[in-house]
Amino acid sequence: MEKKAIVLNVNNQDYELYINPKTLLVEAIRDYIGLTGTKRGCETVSCGACTVMVNDMAVKSCSILAIQCQGMKIITSEGLEKNGQLAAIQNAFLHEGSYQCGFCTSGMLMATSALLKETKKPSKNEIKESIEGNICRCTGYNSIVRAVEGVANGKYKEGSL
Amino acid sequence: MTTTSLAKQKLSVINTHVVNIDGIAKVTGRATYTFDVKLPGMLYGKILRSPHPHAKILKIDASKALALHGVKAVVTGKDTLGIKQGIWRRYQELCDEQILPVDKVRYIGEPVAAVAAVTEEIAEMALDLIEVDYEVLPAVYEPMDAMKKEAPTIHEGVERNINVTRHIEWGDVEKGFENADYIREDSFFCGGQAHMCMETRAAVSSFTPEGKMTIYHSNQSAYYLQALMAGVLGMREGDIRVIAQYVGGGFGGKFELDGAIFCSAILTMKLFRPVKICYTREEDFIATKRRTPMHYWVRTGVSKTGKFLAREARVVSNGGAYTGMGATALYLTGFFHSFPYKWGGYRYDGYRVYTNTLPSTSMRGFGAPQAMFCSEQQLEWIAADLGLDPIEMRRQNGHTPGYEVPGQAYIDSCGLDEAFDIMAKWIKDKGKLPENRGIGFSAAGFMSGGIFNWFDTPYSFSSAVITINEDGTVILHIGATEIGQGSNTTMAIIAAETLGCKVEDIKVHSGDTDHCPADLGAWGSRQTLMTGNAVMRACEDAKHQLLEFALAKMGLNIVYDLDIKDRWVHIVARPERGMPWEELVKIATRGKDGQRIIGRGYYTPHRKGMISPAYSYMLQGVEIEIDKETGKITLIDSLTAHDCGQPINHLGLIGQLEGAFSMAAGYGYLEYMPYEDGKLMNPNLVDYKMIRATEMPETPVAEIDTYEPEGPYGAKEAGEGLTNPTAAAIGNAIFHALGIQMKECPIRPHMIVNALKEKAEKDKTAKKGK
Repeated sequence: MEKKAIVLNVNNQDYELYINPKTLLVEAIRDYIGLTGTKRGCETVSCGACTVMVNDMAVKSCSILAIQCQGMKIITSEGLEKNGQLAAIQNAFLHEGSYQCGFCTSGMLMATSALLKETKKPSKNEIKESIEGNICRCTGYNSIVRAVEGVANGKYKEGSL
Repeated sequence: MTTTSLAKQKLSVINTHVVNIDGIAKVTGRATYTFDVKLPGMLYGKILRSPHPHAKILKIDASKALALHGVKAVVTGKDTLGIKQGIWRRYQELCDEQILPVDKVRYIGEPVAAVAAVTEEIAEMALDLIEVDYEVLPAVYEPMDAMKKEAPTIHEGVERNINVTRHIEWGDVEKGFENADYIREDSFFCGGQAHMCMETRAAVSSFTPEGKMTIYHSNQSAYYLQALMAGVLGMREGDIRVIAQYVGGGFGGKFELDGAIFCSAILTMKLFRPVKICYTREEDFIATKRRTPMHYWVRTGVSKTGKFLAREARVVSNGGAYTGMGATALYLTGFFHSFPYKWGGYRYDGYRVYTNTLPSTSMRGFGAPQAMFCSEQQLEWIAADLGLDPIEMRRQNGHTPGYEVPGQAYIDSCGLDEAFDIMAKWIKDKGKLPENRGIGFSAAGFMSGGIFNWFDTPYSFSSAVITINEDGTVILHIGATEIGQGSNTTMAIIAAETLGCKVEDIKVHSGDTDHCPADLGAWGSRQTLMTGNAVMRACEDAKHQLLEFALAKMGLNIVYDLDIKDRWVHIVARPERGMPWEELVKIATRGKDGQRIIGRGYYTPHRKGMISPAYSYMLQGVEIEIDKETGKITLIDSLTAHDCGQPINHLGLIGQLEGAFSMAAGYGYLEYMPYEDGKLMNPNLVDYKMIRATEMPETPVAEIDTYEPEGPYGAKEAGEGLTNPTAAAIGNAIFHALGIQMKECPIRPHMIVNALKEKAEKDKTAKKGK
């Protein structure tokens, strides 16, 4: 397939890429743009490690072509922090211990960030459902749920630790 | 805090709220895993795998692959030294695996050749162009079949394919059975389980003309991998640097040689360019190792009051094609099958049998989850058979502090008795349950690292070096491997507590063999106790050096005793008298002629029996609901009563226990590895089911306060042992809900439906008989 020039907006920055049109969004982010916070854990859209936000929605970036995301706002885990100030969800993950090996963490952060954009006060079930497509082999999920609840009830705010 | 409280306060950092020191890197996407490593000029490797469960390799023709534009090299077993390796290095006969076999493959998915190319895509295309002529051999998949006389030989010279046998015995078993009022025999089968680390196996190897190798590798023991690689490459350990900085999970599956590290190394030695190999999820399922499947036969004799008089157990395990850590699992399953009880007589015979399937090995719990699934269910049924209270029956036989498992182990701290109290209360408070609900619990215990040295390391099991800079900042070098369990943070906490500074003063370097002293790594729950002791001793060494200068500076009567807490150096009896940490460090550095203060510490267990220096204890309770029509299990609630000695890293401990629950519950009713003719039928995350967020119940933990004298600050194992009781607890909950006995793990819906049908038939016949 002939390569195409596209522009992707990732973390509020435009990247000009010259890529094969069949390139997945996750490949564009990791291999072309070089943001490796977004991970890959399967080939079957099952694990959620590659979850990013596209126009404020949680999207598994292995399930969509980069070319389909032109003109959209893509946010990865690297884009949550602003000038060294962590987002509330990042602070919540830190203080609730919502990660261990950390390999699913970027995907979990993006899935829960998208949930909190949509629903300010999600129920426990809504939180669990929002990460049902994300596998964490380490934590057993409950600490992630506590982190999201902590953001929703104002316990965790954005800013430094 | 006022300084007067300093002397009285025993611990100032341990078991407080400490955020994981790698946390910022992990929540901002900065943490770089092997999967993310990219080096200049790097090539990408792919591995060609055997489609046959058992076959001779007659010929490999890579000429077409080599002709493909972008392909740089193809290697096969013939490009290697052909050394058979294994992690049981002391025993030649157990070193049985060539990662790229020279003449024979023994399981579907075994590496046959590896390609390096400029892109992963080209490397993958090249695999299709490699022509391999095989002579397919008869294969055998089940250990019971493989032990038969007429079974095919998988390894030359290994009779009946029996790889390892283990015998454990104490007390008088025969007499115990003679005196028993009640004897029960049951057979069980416990399946395999995939480690399913989120980061698949990955390695980036780089060999340079001066003959040095640098390897980024996702593993649980950088030192083991360094030593094993030196063995198979014919190099000196010191010429190989293994770096395991951020590791995306391990769970017992990442401390042996794997195809990614070995093939990338062979390729880079040929090409002098870095080569990266990352497994796909399918490769990770079919060609790494798995929890050992075990057939268990258990015979238990008790008195009518429930005293445990004798137990006899036999295990036949499916070893798959190679030994790996499976030999240890065969030993530990036999030992922990006796746990956590005192037996009048105990006898275990284990047989690990080669088959033409994926090799089996250690996985979180290390044989104990299988042991407990069988033991703790049988005990529950015995209690029901005899009309005894299952908690009180267990309690009267439970380990107690000071107990010696005859000839095996010495139990120092043990909080089992309190755990029974907690569980009894939880069950009582639950009251009467709705229909189709049941509560079950199971007891277990686990080791705090292994005493055995089959790896034949010449080094102390754990070592630490601490360096104190002139400004009071501290650098800690440990060979321990951080795989997400939080060991870097735990060690920083121990260092801060011992030195008397703060966690943020300490920078931890781990998992890099060039910079860190050798340590056996993250397996068998060893690091908190063993590395923890090494860190504590290194810090005591450094602190002692510092305090010499404090004594001199303060000009004290020598009866005064000095300590440091929260960066304040002070007289213990008069804590308001002292000086800041930074000031003392400056004085000491000047006094040392400008040398930084360096402390060293190490630990190797001695005089602690044959298994482990200390044991944790736990009870896991679960409440479940079962849909009788479909057999579907839903987890409703749980309770963990846990004795890990003094908790060190509070957040890390809770996370490890919750995580252990999810992995163990998955083993109990979801995670299933079906094989057909040696082929895994569900090597993907759609078909391999595990616990997801919506399936997790609440997981409260009741910590039991004990102190383990052998551990740093009284700490012992946490986080692995809790994988042991849960499958049995689920089985017991099903028994209490529906009156059926589940003898195979994972307990899948059709088994429940079938067991209910059988029970209905039996009840009908019994009624007719009346």
